[in-house]
Amino acid sequence: MSATPVTTARPKVLIDTTMRNGLIVLLILFVFNSLMTPNFLQMQTLSVNISQVATIAIVAIGMTLVIAAGGIDLSVGAVMALSGALAPLVFMSDSLQASPVLAVFLAFAVALSAALLCGLFNGYLISHLGVQPIIATLILFISGRGIAQVLTNGNLQTFDYPAFSVIGTGKFLALPVQGWLMLFLAAAVYWVVSKTPFGRYLLALGGNEKAALLSGVPVHRVKIGTYVICSLLAGIAGLIVVAINSASDAARNGELMELDAIAAAVVGGALLQGGRAPIFGAVLGAIIIQLVKYTLLANGIEDEVALIAKAGIIVVAVYFQQSVKE
Amino acid sequence: MRNIQKSFSGVVALGAVDLDVLPGEVHALIGQNGAGKSTLIKILTGVYKRDDGEVLIDGEVSIIGSPREAQDCGVATIYQELNLVGLRSVTENICLGYEPRRFGCFVDWPKAHRDAREVLMRFGVDIDVREPLNSYSTAIQQLVAIARAVSLDAKLVIMDEPTSSLDEQEVEVLFAVIRGLKRDGVSVLYVSHFLEELYQVCDRVTIMRDGRSVAVREIAHTSRIELIAEMLGRDPGEIESAGMTEFSAGEAVKGEPLVEVSGIATGRQLQNFDMTVHAGEIVGLGGLLGSGRTEVARALFGLDRLSKGGLKWCGEELKSMKPAEAIALGIGYLTEDRKSEGIVPGLSVRENLSLAILPRITKGWCIDRQQEREIVEHFVSALGIKTADIDQPIRELSGGNQQKVLLGRWLAISPKLLLLDEPTRGVDIGAKFEIQAIIRDYVSQGVGVVLISSEFAELVEGADTVVVLQEGHSVRELSNPGVSEDVLLKAIAEPASGVAA
Repeated sequence: MSATPVTTARPKVLIDTTMRNGLIVLLILFVFNSLMTPNFLQMQTLSVNISQVATIAIVAIGMTLVIAAGGIDLSVGAVMALSGALAPLVFMSDSLQASPVLAVFLAFAVALSAALLCGLFNGYLISHLGVQPIIATLILFISGRGIAQVLTNGNLQTFDYPAFSVIGTGKFLALPVQGWLMLFLAAAVYWVVSKTPFGRYLLALGGNEKAALLSGVPVHRVKIGTYVICSLLAGIAGLIVVAINSASDAARNGELMELDAIAAAVVGGALLQGGRAPIFGAVLGAIIIQLVKYTLLANGIEDEVALIAKAGIIVVAVYFQQSVKE
Repeated sequence: MRNIQKSFSGVVALGAVDLDVLPGEVHALIGQNGAGKSTLIKILTGVYKRDDGEVLIDGEVSIIGSPREAQDCGVATIYQELNLVGLRSVTENICLGYEPRRFGCFVDWPKAHRDAREVLMRFGVDIDVREPLNSYSTAIQQLVAIARAVSLDAKLVIMDEPTSSLDEQEVEVLFAVIRGLKRDGVSVLYVSHFLEELYQVCDRVTIMRDGRSVAVREIAHTSRIELIAEMLGRDPGEIESAGMTEFSAGEAVKGEPLVEVSGIATGRQLQNFDMTVHAGEIVGLGGLLGSGRTEVARALFGLDRLSKGGLKWCGEELKSMKPAEAIALGIGYLTEDRKSEGIVPGLSVRENLSLAILPRITKGWCIDRQQEREIVEHFVSALGIKTADIDQPIRELSGGNQQKVLLGRWLAISPKLLLLDEPTRGVDIGAKFEIQAIIRDYVSQGVGVVLISSEFAELVEGADTVVVLQEGHSVRELSNPGVSEDVLLKAIAEPASGVAA
């Protein structure tokens, strides 16, 4: 190796433009609320917002991965419903009442295994059978929620099971457990994307699939891997929602979550054509969307208007993405 | 264009470029890859915004802010990669965005078809303009692109490497069209790496080097050597004394047989092919477009399944394999189309170069960043890749430098066999010599090479053995010394005489 490389070091970019814009927006929202919204600067408010944003953010992290690899996953909401419906069925079964620890463990294992199978199913259709991601995941989008409703006979299942509910209502260092879980999962996925060959492969795949294949990237396995991770994260989010409500409603759990997750990913800087995986961007995107919604509601503006505002945020985010590309 | 300047993320791409094109003139623009030709064209056509300088059309300063404005100013471009819509009809492609209207809103299709036909007839092309564009050959598609320019009343038509995918006859048709444009008073800015072409159609030439315009010459009074010298910034005499290519065949010492191919077929394109590549040997594949050359490379790399025949690797029979397994054996495949099958545009030079060696530099779960950097920096300096930094996105590099990164990707796997499909296409002369020298260097260390090239000179001078293909059959094997362009041409053109069934 030559001692004097031709290259000069470019400053390491820690925060890119999209991330910076996002943080600025967040700051503006925060300052605005501190001044205008009553009781904003209270632990209670913070907790409410964190517990609501965590599920969107966790699903958005998975969605970001799938989008980065050039795909899309419409089935996340249905996977949430399925996983959320299975867990109470397990821990409330009569045979497990003697040992709550085992019951909760099994509930997680069964629910997440189901999510994993959903991911395998999506991934297999897309990689081996070459089905378009939007069509392939539409299958579970429709049938997943159906299966969940069949399992629960279409009933709302209520329960009182503190050992399970801790992931939705528990606190750690005065903040909701799911907030910490969200940060932990984001960090873990970030690590996977930036450090492992899988992460590199998935970006290469999203950037140019043919070139990736010709460079020996195990294209099928990487695709399946992204859908499995996405489904698992959706499964976790489904469990959190059930835990928050102490009830599982297969008809409502995760409803429209796919759109929220895609929106958060896009606001966070994911390019729909693939090749970029801003994991913390997705978390930031979810927080911005949540905070805008909260700001409007807390200031007496109706839910319907909040929906329009959400659409507005997406438009602005896409606009910025385009202008950055220039 | 006067004193045009442009830089990307602090790297100066163009510093002080002047370019004058007279009405009715065919003006050539040449320079090495990275000299700034593409950037200049993109400024002229409104794709990029210039940092400084001005563009004058008919003596008036024009502000070209978008490709549409450029078209409206009379500047039309035929890009290297055709930007037409393959699935739509020829007519639609010619008038896209400027359709004749009836009652102000409906497209007047009969008139559109008539107009399209008329424009094409002027070029001596008589085709059904209602058919989808991609049902015609590349040459016709190119003419359609030119027809589109003409139908927009272009004053200046920019042609970027227009002949790179045409055969000789088609090139003649194109030249006739260019001469026709010239007669009609339309100016042509002609960008090409093939210097011979310039003498056939161009009047004057502007030579660019390192983001500057260094010379303007009358083409008729300038020798080839002078042009090359100007492009490289060297002395003409020095070049004349050197060989035309850095390849010098025939001196290689052949090693053990690396790959033995017998009677393989993968489909209609490749029906019966035999070849043996030894370590330290360059085997060239000669043949026309579509004769099955690329398919040989695809078969050896495990991309297409063999329907017949067998492969032996280092004496052992190989069963079906995948690209990843081929790479593990030490086979690298530099593809013909670097944009669609080579680079991952959004990733950095580092990530592109190390893509094929990730399994080898992974420790536990993680990529060993330190080792990755060392390998990448080694190849960046060894191959002379011009990049601001190894973390620069590869899409910002010039074509020649992208090609070197891709070559680096395969050299990094410590290859035993390299499949090189048009390794120097679309690459300027300087980079071409460098790439050829690098390949020769690796061959002398015992690497086997399968070289596919449409440039006969490259095959004749570079390859130790040339296997000639006709319609998916290997028909002849020529070995150096003794191969000349005439011998090769004859072998390619002559009807196959029972050499292969």
